[in-house]
Amino acid sequence: MDLHQLWTIVSLPDNVPIVLLMFVVPFYTWYGLRQAFANDRLIAELEANPGLAKTHHRKTQPWKPGWAREVHVWPYLLRIEFLAAIIVTLLLMVWSITLNAPLEEPSNPTLTMNPSKAPWYFLGLQEMLVYFDPWIAGVVMPSLIIVGLMVIPYIDENPLGNGYYTYQQRKFSIWTFIFGFIILWVTMIVIGTLIRGPGWMWFWPGTTWDHNRLEFAVNRDLPDIFGIKARIGKIIFGAIVIGIYFIVAAIGIHKVMNLTPFARKIFKRMSLLQIVTMQVFLIIMLSLPLKIIARLLFRIKYIWVTPWFNV
Amino acid sequence: MAEGNGSKGPDGNGAGGPGENGGKKSPVTVLVEGAKAVQAQAAEEIKALKQPEKTDVWKSVLRVKHDETPRSRALGVLSNVFLHLHPAKINRDAVAYSYTWGMGGMTFYVYITLVFTGTLLMFYYHPSKVVAFRDILYLEHDVPFGKLLRNMHRWGAHLMVIMVELHMFRVFLTGSYKKPRQFNWVVGVILLVLTLLLSFTGYLLPDDQLGFWAVTVGTNMARATPLLGHDGPFGHQLGMTPFNDVRFGLLGGSIVDANALLRAYIWHCVAIPIIASAFMVVHFWRVRKDGGISGPAPVQLESEMKEPRKL
Repeated sequence: MDLHQLWTIVSLPDNVPIVLLMFVVPFYTWYGLRQAFANDRLIAELEANPGLAKTHHRKTQPWKPGWAREVHVWPYLLRIEFLAAIIVTLLLMVWSITLNAPLEEPSNPTLTMNPSKAPWYFLGLQEMLVYFDPWIAGVVMPSLIIVGLMVIPYIDENPLGNGYYTYQQRKFSIWTFIFGFIILWVTMIVIGTLIRGPGWMWFWPGTTWDHNRLEFAVNRDLPDIFGIKARIGKIIFGAIVIGIYFIVAAIGIHKVMNLTPFARKIFKRMSLLQIVTMQVFLIIMLSLPLKIIARLLFRIKYIWVTPWFNV
Repeated sequence: MAEGNGSKGPDGNGAGGPGENGGKKSPVTVLVEGAKAVQAQAAEEIKALKQPEKTDVWKSVLRVKHDETPRSRALGVLSNVFLHLHPAKINRDAVAYSYTWGMGGMTFYVYITLVFTGTLLMFYYHPSKVVAFRDILYLEHDVPFGKLLRNMHRWGAHLMVIMVELHMFRVFLTGSYKKPRQFNWVVGVILLVLTLLLSFTGYLLPDDQLGFWAVTVGTNMARATPLLGHDGPFGHQLGMTPFNDVRFGLLGGSIVDANALLRAYIWHCVAIPIIASAFMVVHFWRVRKDGGISGPAPVQLESEMKEPRKL
């Protein structure tokens, strides 16, 4: 156990945001879901008691008859904004006084940094380079993430849960987002920061970053495992495997989208275009963890090998 | 004024007493009388200054009365250019920190801090390969508070990325992207991308090993762009070389060098801030136009769900 190595990584000034992220993301997940569960209890109570649903103010916030429904922005909101500005300023000041921004040696194109890492918020993408070729990891996937985020409001046909925290009414969307944001985005940033060492090799936290370490991992392509040697055979085989994955994943996602009676009700509201869009984005998103497993556990590099591109 | 003259009258008579005896007023008496009149007028005007809100200067600056009436409180917000994005009154529960986490507002505040510190940094920085690194050394060791300035800019940028991601997380968990706020979510996604690009372009500017290799790794992905990169699928077939592909356009060259530094500088300091500011204006304006912040709204019940409108 090399605690010094661990401390070197964690205390690297540019890694401090990730350490911060590892605390604030779980905290705010808990903070949000706690309110979601409180609202769910209220919803269950109101569903069971239609009479109460007519008279209740339908919030978990306290309410008494005679209270004004609205408050003045000045001072009730502006004082909070003022306080927040002061707190953020203080936080930033203290952080800036106690910790110096990193400055390495002057740039030198002839001396490659090892490991040379992107800024922390792009480390998820850099980690993806292990599993996909640069044209997928660096160009296609980021574009799909951006477009995928943009289409969310237009494919989510669930009218419930608009303007309040809830889990029960939005299970599918909340799981999807938490999977994409926390499991894929944040976790891959953490892996790229804390675990990837020299040569972008996997070093468990606490092990020494050995610059002389060699990895004799022999990566195989899926067609090779099945003994397919011919180029044309590899192209056809890869296309078939990818095609099967798309069909199986689509069926699986379809099953999950129709798991409960409520989910089926939402599914019926969706147009064909919405269903297809959601399917495409979810299938491609799910291919990432599958490729990670294939690569890390089974040492499979490519599924589909062609002379022009590899997947 | 009339009252002032009246009170001056008796004094004038008393002082004029000796003058009448001499037939003519002596110059000294005239002078004393004049001085007393000025004194009385000054005393009167000073008395008026105890109520500064009655002066014309005050009224010209603030335009409206600021007394303890609800109307004045509302006007104090609505007629102020910096505060007019707020409504006069908001839902009493909307000020709850637990609902909004304050992340959107704090992001904007950190952005302002970054514009401020960034402008100050620009006074000491030349975007040139020859002096860029030396400028940073100069900033860190000779410029008063230069180190603090750079640290605040660096950590502020990291903080902004974290806050933007948490803001998006909150907006998702509360379902705030749902009708009628769909488009504002799209604007928000664009702002997220612009935030990352702002941070990324700033990474190169110190011209040290860290920034140089991070940007090299980052822009190397562009060479793999399908069709438009010389390493990407079908790029070669379309005649892409390192000297005419999309990466060349980003860097202004085939390697990260002087042109790349200048381009990063202009994108970082001029172009992206202007574009981001424009999107921020739309983002905030849409928050108001879409009916203010989304909640905490009263919970909706599944049993009361309306049938969707068919096209």
